[in-house]
Amino acid sequence: MDPGLAARVIERALRHGGDLAELYAEDRHGFSVSLDDSRVERPGGGTERGASVRVVAGAASWFGHVDGLSEEALLDLADSVGQAVRGRRRSPAELGPARATGANPVAVRPETVEAARKAELLRSLDERARAAAGEVDQVSVGYSEGRRIVEVFNSEGVAAADDRTRIRLSAQVVARREGRVETGSHTCGGHAGFELFDDDPEEVAASAARKALTALDAVDAPSGRLPVVVGNGFGGVLLHEAVGHGLEADAVQKGASVYAGRIGEQLAEPGVTAYDDGERANEWGSDGVDDEGTATRRTTVIEEGRLTSYLYDLVRARADGTDSTGNGRRQSFRHLPVPRMTNTYFAPGGATPEELIEGVERGLYAVSFGGGQVEPATGEFVFGVSEGYLIENGKVTAPVRGATLVGNGLEALRAIDGIADDLDIATGYCGKAGQTVPAGVGQPHVRLRELTVGGTGA
Amino acid sequence: MMDDLEATARRGVEAAISEGASDADAWCERSTSREIRVYDGEVESLSDAGSSGLGLRAFIDGRSGHAYGTDLSEEGVLAVAAAAQAAAAVADPDEFGGLPEEPGVTEVEGLHSAVMAQWSNEDRVQLALAVERAARAREGVTQVENAVYSDSEGSAAIASSRGLTASYEATSAWAYASAFAGAGTDLMTGLGIGLGRDPGALDPEAIGGEAAERALELVGARRPSSRRCPVILDAFVAASFAGIIGGMLSADAVQRGRSLFAGREGQEVAGPAFVLADDGRHPEGPSSAPFDGEGSATRRTPLIEGGLLSGYLFDARTARKAGRASTANAARGSYRAPPAVGPSNLLLEPGEHDLEQLVAQAGEGLYVTEVSGLHSGVNSVSGSFSVGATGRLIEGGELGRPVREITIAGDLVEMLRDVRAVGAPGRWVPFGGSVKAAPVLIGEMAISGS
Repeated sequence: MDPGLAARVIERALRHGGDLAELYAEDRHGFSVSLDDSRVERPGGGTERGASVRVVAGAASWFGHVDGLSEEALLDLADSVGQAVRGRRRSPAELGPARATGANPVAVRPETVEAARKAELLRSLDERARAAAGEVDQVSVGYSEGRRIVEVFNSEGVAAADDRTRIRLSAQVVARREGRVETGSHTCGGHAGFELFDDDPEEVAASAARKALTALDAVDAPSGRLPVVVGNGFGGVLLHEAVGHGLEADAVQKGASVYAGRIGEQLAEPGVTAYDDGERANEWGSDGVDDEGTATRRTTVIEEGRLTSYLYDLVRARADGTDSTGNGRRQSFRHLPVPRMTNTYFAPGGATPEELIEGVERGLYAVSFGGGQVEPATGEFVFGVSEGYLIENGKVTAPVRGATLVGNGLEALRAIDGIADDLDIATGYCGKAGQTVPAGVGQPHVRLRELTVGGTGA
Repeated sequence: MMDDLEATARRGVEAAISEGASDADAWCERSTSREIRVYDGEVESLSDAGSSGLGLRAFIDGRSGHAYGTDLSEEGVLAVAAAAQAAAAVADPDEFGGLPEEPGVTEVEGLHSAVMAQWSNEDRVQLALAVERAARAREGVTQVENAVYSDSEGSAAIASSRGLTASYEATSAWAYASAFAGAGTDLMTGLGIGLGRDPGALDPEAIGGEAAERALELVGARRPSSRRCPVILDAFVAASFAGIIGGMLSADAVQRGRSLFAGREGQEVAGPAFVLADDGRHPEGPSSAPFDGEGSATRRTPLIEGGLLSGYLFDARTARKAGRASTANAARGSYRAPPAVGPSNLLLEPGEHDLEQLVAQAGEGLYVTEVSGLHSGVNSVSGSFSVGATGRLIEGGELGRPVREITIAGDLVEMLRDVRAVGAPGRWVPFGGSVKAAPVLIGEMAISGS
């Protein structure tokens, strides 16, 4: 976009006052196709283009958006957003051109790959899942790609751009044996191009099949207070939900977080360090800049057990007299930015996963969660364990079904007594304030001394 | 304005046909929506914006593809048609695919309220502030994290190569607040909500008051001992369960073997008090419309009656496959996605007794006001579930101490069969989709505490 036009829009938006004005322009493209019952179906995609204008005056944000990027539409939008604002008038800073960072290189643009090849990829996933065992009854797999070219300009001189390509494969398998039915699912994705699927993408389907088949042998989960070893990768959803949301500065500033006022406190043992890292190249939750034009970074939120930082966007950073941590994210040009996690994970420790398990006499090995829910104000969480096993005498034994983990984030952090060396980051979608954004959740294997396990068995 | 949307949809269909599609339908929508968030007596954010878009399905030799776009110019519509055509080439042929044989339109009263236009944004801000004040005014409320007013005014048009062209206008308004009571690890939260066709239908005092009451009644909650006992699900929780059940009653889930209700038509699946229907033309329904996402006339479909499973939800494709008629349940979330089978408005028939009487009937048990992990916690094929819950004990026929950190595990059909009564009044809640729900008394469930 012409920086001269951006400057005119921002100046118009500030006509009646305001501390900060911003123009966010976006070109979106998406395509997805799925396969179910061995048939390729629901291929579809589209493009959307539009912009939003935001004026911040004191603690209030005034916001509007429009389809299309014509000069007339943008100036009208600036007028309509700015008209409600009352405050001291400021002159906006000069704007240069917005250039994309290239922080997440894409080798093979997904939109240049023929749709037929994407359909073939789904067929090969289907075959792999069905080859796993005769008990595999149903397989559904999905492919999706999306590209967002964004430009952000604001009255403080920010002129930033980002060209984001995300790609993802998912598989869900239903296995059946003598009236018993179990499901397993797995995903793989990144802020990357089609090259992500160069190396054995069918493993996504094999993994989903393995989970479903394992569950066929599952016994009822135990209940009570038990040691828990949480698996790497998607196991990190526990950190995301029970800790991460409570570190987002909007919750903190409203006292809607158990972590409010606790910076510097020792919340976990010294071996525990955690990051929110939006600059990890090609990771699912990474971007070059956030949706306010701030460069993404790695923020240490827990350092050797001490709480060290919250996650900020521009508005909340201003309220705390600090800088944005590059966590101002939005679903699209039709949404206001809010503080959101990017990729959140525990730093690897020195143990191996086997060593963590060896130390448990009787406990639960929670490999993967079907999802979870948390109340950020108290950090209380409930997670359904989608793949779990008993640990008996230091060994992983029978698979279990119906287990849930119940507790709160502070308790869970305190309970961590071992971290392995096998960091992995999985692809999640995170919902907040009516917006969904891609978020990487991850960790190495982590052991919790004790946690409440709600099970169906004794 | 409506003519304009219909014309755009029509152009989309014509473009698809001239690209070589044998059949096509186009969905075109335009809306203005506002969202106002207030905090501590001030506006936190005000969003006022319009958007529009076109979604197009093209059918070619039994294959179908979908495309969408926001550029509704002549050129933009042609690009969408070409993209839908290209997408269709990738799909496998589907012998049951295609448009409804008998498209139609139902007359639905009261979808659009003229009152909406009489409200200024300043009036809306005042309403949001009144919701927040009402919540803060209750003694013991320590914080109101969110007080939000939101509304939308929009039109949607459909056109198909089977000759249908139709459109409608609708308005909706809702507000909610989230209040805290207590502090530290004893902090409890409560949600209050209200919805209607326009802001005039919302009662800020009731919405803020409900948020406060729901938080206050939970202060001091502790984990109870494990037990088997009668359980009352409040209307919010009952709605969430109804939403899950509605999803399992989709003929698509049934035909793909992903529903525990597959093959159970006509069988006993619930206690006789549990009466559930889908109604896409209910005058108060937030998801009501004259036609579904592919142009079938909306109607009421009984789902569970007299304890028996009376039917499933069908779109044109699943109906053809089952040799039935569509129930007009091709749901479109927006122009961005092709229609998929899903509930419109779910109605859980209210009973005769109010909550107090239901509690007295339960005697000793648990009143659940919140569940967590429902969507991940229910196995849609086997029906087994395990969820976290918060609420109050029922002691001596009255509501007693607040409890939390409970897990409830069970089997969905067993739970439905054990429904003893449904309370009153029914109310619309936006959980589990769009549901008119009431409290539900279940004979016995296993609750796991300490």
